[in-house]
Amino acid sequence: MCSLCGVIGGDQHWTDAAARPGVFTRNVERLDRRRERARRVVAVNRVLAAFGMSLSDWQGSSFVLATRTGKSEMIEDLGHLWPAAERLAGRPCDPLDPALIARMESVSDG
Amino acid sequence: MADIPAFTPVHLLTGFLGSGKTTLLKRLLADPALADTAVMINEFGEVGLDHHLVERIDDTMVLLQSGCVCCTVRGELAEALRDLHSKRERGLVPPFTRVVIESTGLADPFPVLSTLKSDPVLRHHFRAGSVVTTVDAVNGLAQLETYVESNRQAAIADRIVVTKADLCAGSAGLARLLSRLAELNPDAVRHIATADGPGAEALFGDDAAHRAAKLQSASGFYCDAPAGLVTADGTPHQAAISSFVIAADTPVDWTGFGVWLTMLLNRHGERVLRVKGMLDIEGEDRPVAVHGVQHLVHPPVHMDAWPAGERSSRIVFIVDGLDPNLLKRSFNAFALAGKAADSPQPEAAEPVRNAQSP
Repeated sequence: MCSLCGVIGGDQHWTDAAARPGVFTRNVERLDRRRERARRVVAVNRVLAAFGMSLSDWQGSSFVLATRTGKSEMIEDLGHLWPAAERLAGRPCDPLDPALIARMESVSDG
Repeated sequence: MADIPAFTPVHLLTGFLGSGKTTLLKRLLADPALADTAVMINEFGEVGLDHHLVERIDDTMVLLQSGCVCCTVRGELAEALRDLHSKRERGLVPPFTRVVIESTGLADPFPVLSTLKSDPVLRHHFRAGSVVTTVDAVNGLAQLETYVESNRQAAIADRIVVTKADLCAGSAGLARLLSRLAELNPDAVRHIATADGPGAEALFGDDAAHRAAKLQSASGFYCDAPAGLVTADGTPHQAAISSFVIAADTPVDWTGFGVWLTMLLNRHGERVLRVKGMLDIEGEDRPVAVHGVQHLVHPPVHMDAWPAGERSSRIVFIVDGLDPNLLKRSFNAFALAGKAADSPQPEAAEPVRNAQSP
């Protein structure tokens, strides 16, 4: 992730298991990699639902972020997700927002 | 060429104005242990290299007796690093295996690390190494009270070198400074500088091994619980920088954690000075160490084993003005296993039509 703008220059994001020595390599296998992408989409959607947005896998290579009204944007990885989500939502996506935390807590309890 | 690492570590030497950075550097440059190192400094003049000089490679680069390549940065750092890399590839400079960058006294050291990750060329050849911060024993405490930069430099350090300890009247001041540094950055290794120590190897040695080893202190955990946010006199501290530990006995969901941390760093990255921890990942036997400095997260490292009898996640946060309790609640809600995977939201699970139709 480019930490200045968050978008330019896609690279291996730290959450992706890259086959480099010492890196988190739980999912070296292709199927596991796909499974991890699917899990990631589910996990992200739990959060994005609070902003009326959703994420879907696109061809196993990118993700599509979309709002309920159909605004959509392609993103490379998690590093690009949140700047794009804030842009589409028009408001900050803050994990420290008490309302969002309460929502996440009630979702996980229910 | 075989001994050039795939990713050359770039270490950062930082410290407040007058904190003895240059003095330390001067000593290190003569140290034979720095032989396979390229050092980037602000100006040749300030370190007085003449008596070490072996060969002048060009305007900005010289070779020293110790075998160390020394260059000054004119303009962009990224450009200087690219030039250095190119010269190494062409055999114009000795094949250095690490880079040390001296940063200016007032600069926030983070952008340098960021450059390494974002530059399209550099990120394939270099990686961020350790941050070494010098703190002046005489004025350090006052600087920490007064200047934000000074706090940030101490907070993101992997190793802290306390300089001028011999000029410090009495040991009370030094002890106060050390305990303040321990509060700010509980798990940085603290060295006291003397005429011939610490050596280059102690400061710029293998940082990945060091980083993993350091995560486990003598007490079993990688870090003892950080002290509260009060000064030595017992008054609450005015600076907003604080450190705390999030502990969790439930395994952490790696995916949920990734979502949470990227979200946190996107919104509050410049206020999260350091994240460092050992995670008990669901489905994993061994602990995974994560380590981040502001927006930048180092590749996670699989560690060999849990410390005896302890298997639980612990993450140290050093933050600038974020509420620890809110952060803990947020972590619990987002990242713990058994929560993230089990309850997909009906509305979110629906496929996105406009993305899938032709």
